Amino acid sequence: MKTLEEKIVDTDKIRNKTIISFLFFLLFLAACIFAWKWLRSRPKDNEVYTPLRSVLNTNEGIFSSFISNDHLAKTYPASAADHHVRVNGDAGMGNDFDPAAWKLQVVRKPGDTLFISLDEIKALPKTTIIFNFKCIEGWSQVTHWAGVKFSDFINKYGLNEQSQMQYVGLNTPDKGYYVGIDTKSIMHPQTILCYEMNGEPLPLNQGAPLRLIIPVKYGIKHLKRIGTIFFSNQRPPDYWYERGYDYFSGL
Amino acid sequence: MSQKKIIKKHPLAIRWFHWINFPVLAIMIWSGLLIYWANDVYRLGWGNTTLLKFFPDSFNKALNLPYRLAEGMSFHFVFMWVFAINGLIYVLYLLFSKEYKLIFPNKRSLKEAWQVLLHDLHIKKGLPPQKKYNAAQRIAYTGIIIMGLGSLLTGLAIYKPVQFYWLCAGLGGYEWARAEHFILTILFTLFFIVHIVQVILAGWQNFAAMIQGFETKKIVPALETEEPQQEDTTENSASN
Repeated sequence: MKTLEEKIVDTDKIRNKTIISFLFFLLFLAACIFAWKWLRSRPKDNEVYTPLRSVLNTNEGIFSSFISNDHLAKTYPASAADHHVRVNGDAGMGNDFDPAAWKLQVVRKPGDTLFISLDEIKALPKTTIIFNFKCIEGWSQVTHWAGVKFSDFINKYGLNEQSQMQYVGLNTPDKGYYVGIDTKSIMHPQTILCYEMNGEPLPLNQGAPLRLIIPVKYGIKHLKRIGTIFFSNQRPPDYWYERGYDYFSGL
Repeated sequence: MSQKKIIKKHPLAIRWFHWINFPVLAIMIWSGLLIYWANDVYRLGWGNTTLLKFFPDSFNKALNLPYRLAEGMSFHFVFMWVFAINGLIYVLYLLFSKEYKLIFPNKRSLKEAWQVLLHDLHIKKGLPPQKKYNAAQRIAYTGIIIMGLGSLLTGLAIYKPVQFYWLCAGLGGYEWARAEHFILTILFTLFFIVHIVQVILAGWQNFAAMIQGFETKKIVPALETEEPQQEDTTENSASN
């Protein structure tokens, strides 16, 4: 059985040991305070102290390696869906917008843009997803959506080459809201270009005519009222990233 | 030359783990509060009766918590690594150094912890013999290790609920995991308060041992000759 070791020692020696130990302890406390002050004096990268930002970016590398098309957000029966769907934020949702004149713009390469109507999108196979929508604020809500799987859309419009790039960017028509998403996440089988909520056409305040539903991300990435989709190997601009949030924001 | 007996109590490694954990846990709790504020739905109460809201506005204001979600997340998801790695190495150290034998409860601990509690509440005098820790401390310090693991697992479940769907489901789903993570934080804070009070009550020698590693004792010749003695209940046998 393990016991505590005991020794007879000269009091002088004990005193010296005590002094040295406490000096080290004070040094440790000073180092903590110094490190804290140093950290908070670093310049900011998109509103986050640079050392923290670089760890967040490293976290993306670590946790995106867990993303798999087999790891699915839990799905629910339609009866579990909440019909009072929360509306959180209206950036990029200005009043001067005519849904009837809307067409989705897909930038195949600079200067080569596809224009796709809602009817053409609705003609593609429909996918329904009822899942627990998670806001970065911490609340969540089971909601019911339908649209075309993003990966089906890519295949149908021959965008396979573009989808080899690392990121997909999405903007609202007025460019007031914009997100960037890693391709692995947007090609996940539960990601849809959504035009229906609770079996009805998507309401205007939920992003009609077309919004993104991407269960492997926080709500901040579920861009409403998609205007343009483009592809890039650099991170596309991201509204909440610029305001101090994690770029990846994956679940 | 005068001499004293020293009783080696905390190995250097344990002192490091302990003192590194102190600021790291403080940062985790603080940044966690910044995150929690953005959806502060928990309360103690029933129906329309609320005994305690987590947290009252005055508390939020006093700690300057409002509208700092992004900042909270940026600290939380960095220092989580330090908390996890420090905790992991600590547990590995306990196992490989056999130090766990002084900390994990044994079959007598439950009964003895009750006696310690009665003693600390001044209901009964006398304590069962102990080594490094009394039974109540064994249970508390082992409990805190399990709580640390619990915080990591519930934290991972709400951080990546899709990739670790099995963990999230095992903890009762996303919303339960968030509540569990919160409750553990409250328990950590309660532990901290009790810990501080006990350290103050236990006195200087006990506190100094977490810095220098040992406690000292006057040599009482009569006791020295009567070896082997029962484990001595040291001067500051009160728990910390």
